[in-house]
Amino acid sequence: MANLASNFIGIKSPNPFWLASAPPTDKAYNVVRAFKDGWGGVVWKTLGTDPPVVNVSGPRYGAIHSNDRRLIGLNNIELITDRPLEINLREIKEVKRDWPDRALVVSLMVPCEEHYWKDILAKVEETGCDGIELNFGCPHGMSERGMGSSVGQVPEYVEMVTRWCKQHSRMPVIVKLTPNISDIRQPARAAKRGGADAVSLINTISSIIGVDIDTFSPLPSIDGKGSHGGYCGPAVKPIALNMTAEIARDAETRGLPISGIGGVTTWRDAVEFMALGAGNVQVCTAAMTYGFRIVQEMITGLSEYMDSHGFTSVDEITGRAVGNVTDWQYLNLNYVAKARIDQDLCIKCGRCHIACEDTSHQAITSMVDGIRHFEVIDAECVGCNLCVNVCPVQDCITMEEMVAGTDPRTGFPVTGEYANWTTHPNNPMAKPAVVVEPAE
Amino acid sequence: MATRAPDIATGRLSPEQYAANFSDIHPPLGRHEALVEADRCYFCYDAPCVKACPTTIDIPLFIRQILTDNPIGSAETILSQNILGGMCARVCPTETLCEEACVREAAEGKPVKIGLLQRYATDTLMDEEGEQPFERAAPTGKRVAVVGGGPAGLAAAHRLAMHGHDVVIYDARQKAGGLNEYGIAAYKVPDDFAQDEVEFILSIGGITVEHGKALGRDVQLADLRSAYDAVFLGMGLAGVNALVLEGETLPGVADAVDYIADLRQAEDLGTLPVGGRVVVIGGGMTAVDVAVQSKRLGAKEVTMVYRRGSDKMGASLYEQELAATSGVVIRTNAKPLRLVVEDGRVAGMVFEETAELDGRLVGTGATFELPADMVFKAIGQTLVPAVLNGSAETIALDGGKIRVDDERRTTLAGVWAGGDCAATGEDLTVAAVADGRIAAESIHRALSAG
Repeated sequence: MANLASNFIGIKSPNPFWLASAPPTDKAYNVVRAFKDGWGGVVWKTLGTDPPVVNVSGPRYGAIHSNDRRLIGLNNIELITDRPLEINLREIKEVKRDWPDRALVVSLMVPCEEHYWKDILAKVEETGCDGIELNFGCPHGMSERGMGSSVGQVPEYVEMVTRWCKQHSRMPVIVKLTPNISDIRQPARAAKRGGADAVSLINTISSIIGVDIDTFSPLPSIDGKGSHGGYCGPAVKPIALNMTAEIARDAETRGLPISGIGGVTTWRDAVEFMALGAGNVQVCTAAMTYGFRIVQEMITGLSEYMDSHGFTSVDEITGRAVGNVTDWQYLNLNYVAKARIDQDLCIKCGRCHIACEDTSHQAITSMVDGIRHFEVIDAECVGCNLCVNVCPVQDCITMEEMVAGTDPRTGFPVTGEYANWTTHPNNPMAKPAVVVEPAE
Repeated sequence: MATRAPDIATGRLSPEQYAANFSDIHPPLGRHEALVEADRCYFCYDAPCVKACPTTIDIPLFIRQILTDNPIGSAETILSQNILGGMCARVCPTETLCEEACVREAAEGKPVKIGLLQRYATDTLMDEEGEQPFERAAPTGKRVAVVGGGPAGLAAAHRLAMHGHDVVIYDARQKAGGLNEYGIAAYKVPDDFAQDEVEFILSIGGITVEHGKALGRDVQLADLRSAYDAVFLGMGLAGVNALVLEGETLPGVADAVDYIADLRQAEDLGTLPVGGRVVVIGGGMTAVDVAVQSKRLGAKEVTMVYRRGSDKMGASLYEQELAATSGVVIRTNAKPLRLVVEDGRVAGMVFEETAELDGRLVGTGATFELPADMVFKAIGQTLVPAVLNGSAETIALDGGKIRVDDERRTTLAGVWAGGDCAATGEDLTVAAVADGRIAAESIHRALSAG
């Protein structure tokens, strides 16, 4: 069993799996259940000013399912905690006292005036919690009131409020970013300028999860009407991974600790976030789908992985893939790969053929000598990987690098020499003679 | 051996036991089950399951329509190729057709449950819509006679009616449906489904059924040819192969097809006499059907005896397993030698063990006797060619069945044939439906050209 102990900006937890600020962390009851099941930490559901907000009394969630009803995307219109501040503060204090080895971070969202922040920071600090997370992310409801994502979308506000929090508190400050923005680096840089100890991302994505095509109400439907909500779950993971990497490799924010959020469902997801720069991960939808016990799979999976790779600390995973994230222009255009179909594994469904035939490069046979047979035609295969993606059988189709010879499609020899777009003759902006390598 | 009274009795079981034994052998899928199962389909390119279906139903499409919660559209996809899609979903040996070809059979040994999905869609349409989704084209004024109201005849009649022709079906029995009504095992088509389906098919309009009219007895082919613009023959196989053994006509010896017909028509299964010890001769679907149903009627011992090895049996492996799990003993490589007769009725049967020498079946000389209260003959049915001879011209036969070309045309002008009476392929409901549809399209082309 590998040592999964995590130290994220000085906040210690027995493992890097935290529950994100969300419905599962709204009450001591839930949080204690989570700790009993082994979660390393929680970010308590966002506190605001009294009187507390009110939530709708109808459906708050909507979902996208795969056809066998696996939940792959969740949308919610729930607001921040609707419980009185004092009750939350009391419970936070008790839970932290009872579970000293677990991370307990408190999420906050109050109006953008300094006195609100100063006031709540003092109360929160008194609970003995490990740190605070600034909710600049929720895209629904609170954003209409000038909070949540409407702050996160303005880098100047992000910087300003972060600075207040650092000034008026000794607690570590994590700034939670909204993905509802064109360039995630801007608010991340602002958070850093404001003195943030870390950023966490992503918060949810503005979304309408669906429409009832009989009543024509958006979903979830509240008395026949709907409002956009925040989208999360496995479906948003690719967006979150990219934004995590963007911050990890940005010259201004490189090294800024990141708490990775967005569709983390298994230990593999967690490792991917960490490889792209996250120091730990936060989970919500997976817990809301399957319950807290899933963390046990995450713990054992990560442990096995670390043991098999010889990692002795989770920090050794963090950032390992960042150096491999580059701009398109630096991709090696001399790299040639061809699809290979393992005929022993092939079940002859023909999906690779029709995907390639109808929508790509006509590079897979369907019939050879009158027999149903699927085989790659190297002279047509551009190596696009679509067949790999649509094949229902694990490892049946793989991409193989050509290391020598001539690419039968282009007629060019495979040299193994690196060459990218910056020097390509088709590039009007090409800089001949000097190959520009990516920084670092 | 002391003479004993034959053990043939009615009411061997309680009404509850009969009900349980003859209820749906494959309960239908619920909506949730159907959606989960439909999700297993890979929507294959040029799908092998479609190629394996004699009626070439677009299986990936109809399953995808179920997946998107469009069972009515799914049923329309099925019925447009096979108007007896509901019956075929129940009785097709899918394990040797679509489901054998399913790529998930290759991948996991667990094909998509195509038959049950087809039933889900067609049942939904028949239950919810009640009426069929097809409409007749404008009347053409052409009239077509269809001989036999079984799967082939019904499929032909429906397609012809759709094209605007008027159809008269001549059926020898009191109910249409053919083997669907009189032949299929009861637990495959409970709740009078065969008649519901006949009604569903006829609801397109333009089809009249003349019941109790047998070819050669009540109607003559020559008369039909002169009275109608075209004739389709789909009367099945009325003859039954004989054992050619002494005592074959004695009490206690019965034709399996007759017995199954009685069973299918019985209001109360408790009134149907069944032997305590039953011997079934044959290795086809009919043999399995009569063996399993005898067991389910309460027979104590049922033995199926087939002259060759199990790999040569007409019954699929699945059907053989069904027989075995129903408590039927299957003995292979044994041929009937003689009937044991006591007091003028059958008391048992003596068999000789067989072996295959260069593909030829030979007796080994070793014999054994099975005591029996009832012996069922299920060794195949034949065409009775005499009914065709009402015409001055003759219809050519092939291996005892009516010769047809790709369009199901016989050698006699204006006469088409399909189903079991035609030499087309396997004697399956689905093959008969394919014949009927193909013949109807050919007739339509011929009538449109004329």
